[in-house]
Amino acid sequence: MTVKFTMTINGKEVQGESEDRTLLVQYLREHLGLTGTHVGCDTTQCGCCTVHVDGLPMKSCTMLTAQADGKNITTIEGLAKDGELHPMQAAFRENHALQCGFCTPGMVMSSIGIVDRHKGETLDEKTVRHELEGNICRCTGYHNIVKAVLSASEVMNKG
Amino acid sequence: MYEFNYSKASSVDEAKTLHGKSEDPKFMSGGMTLLPTLKQRLAQPSDVIDLAGIGELVGIDVTADTVTIKAMTPHAVVAANPDIQKAIPALAKLAGGIGDPMVRNRGTIGGSLANSDPAADYPAAVMGLNGTIHTDKREIAADDFFEGLFETALEEGEMITSVSFPIPDKAGYMKFPNPASRYCIVGVMVSQKGSDVRVGVTGAGGCAFRVPEMETALAANFAPEAVAEISIPDGDLNSDIHASSEYRAHLVTVMAKRAVAEATA
Repeated sequence: MTVKFTMTINGKEVQGESEDRTLLVQYLREHLGLTGTHVGCDTTQCGCCTVHVDGLPMKSCTMLTAQADGKNITTIEGLAKDGELHPMQAAFRENHALQCGFCTPGMVMSSIGIVDRHKGETLDEKTVRHELEGNICRCTGYHNIVKAVLSASEVMNKG
Repeated sequence: MYEFNYSKASSVDEAKTLHGKSEDPKFMSGGMTLLPTLKQRLAQPSDVIDLAGIGELVGIDVTADTVTIKAMTPHAVVAANPDIQKAIPALAKLAGGIGDPMVRNRGTIGGSLANSDPAADYPAAVMGLNGTIHTDKREIAADDFFEGLFETALEEGEMITSVSFPIPDKAGYMKFPNPASRYCIVGVMVSQKGSDVRVGVTGAGGCAFRVPEMETALAANFAPEAVAEISIPDGDLNSDIHASSEYRAHLVTVMAKRAVAEATA
C-alpha cells in the first residue's frame, strides 16, 4: 500500500507518495536526494538523522514519511540562507567541531534545538553536554562541538 | 519492516472504528518503541493506526489536587510545563529524563504506559504516585494496571485517553540509566501524601512494582536512612548484559534512598 502526503521541506511544498512503511529519512535521502541527513545507527540512538519537524528536532529514522504529512520539515540543506551558513554551521566550522563529519548534520540540527530551548539564557557547558545526549560522535570527544554550540548560542541570541 | 497499512485517525471514535475493521491492528502514538520494533521485524501488524491527529488526546490540566496528562502529550511538553514543575516536580523531572531531547519530542505518556516496557520511566510514576489510567472505557488504578512484561490490564482495542496523578505532599524520582539508551536499569519514584507512602520501581522486574516494606518504613520515618537497610530479593528481577539481578536489587535500595533524599531536600 502507498500513502499520499504533502509537506513543506526546506521551505518548498512537496507532494509525494511512498510505501506506508517508508521512513522519513529514506524518503529524504532516496526520493528527494537530500543526503545530508545521515543514517548512523538506525536505532534512534546516534542522532545522525535529526531533522526539524515543525521547528522541533526529531529523529527521522524513527518516523514514517506518512507521519510527516502536513508538517514543516527542515534538513541540514535548508539551514544556510542566501549562501550564508547558519550561525551554528559557521560555529562548527570556526571551532573545528568535526573530524569525519558523519555525525555533523545531526549535531547541528540538535544543537539548534538546544539554543532554541534556552532562548535568551546564557548556555553553560554542562547543559550543552547533557542535552547532546541523543547525538553520538566517535571522533571528536565532543570538546569542540560543545565550544561551537556555546559560541553559536551567543550569536543566535543576539540575532 | 514488514508491510502494513497506515491510517491516521482524527478522533478516538474513528481510531476505534479503524481498529475494529482491521485484522491485526496496532495503535501508534509517538512510535518511539513501535517503530524500532517494526524495523527489527519483531512485530507484524496488518495495520498501524496513527493517533497523532487526535487533538482531544493532547493537553495538561493541573487543579489544586490533581495533575492530568492526556495520553498523546509528549514527554518534552510534560517536562517543560510550569504547572507540573510546581505541583509534582519529580514527575516533570522524570519526563525530562526519558531518552534524549529528540525522543522526548515524539514519545508520549500513553504510548509508554500501554507498552509497559520493563525499563520505561512512566510506570514508576504511575506506581509511585498512585496514578489512575483513564481509557475510552473505564478507569484503571495503578495497582491493577501492570500485569507483566509488556502486559497491562488494557483489553484488545482499549485505548488510554489520559493519566491522572494526585498531587503528593512530597515526591522524588531517581534512576540509574543505561548509559547508551537512557532506559532505566532501575528507577524509583517515592511519594508521601498524608499517611500514604508509595515506592514505585521500574527497570528491575518484568513490570513496575511497589515495595511494601519500604513504604511501611517510610510511613514511620520519611528519611533516606529508613530504607537504607531494606533490600529486596533478587530472585524474580531482570538479569541481562547491562546488570545482573543482584545488582538491580542493590540499585533499588540505592535509588530509593536517593529518591527520598530528593523528596525531602
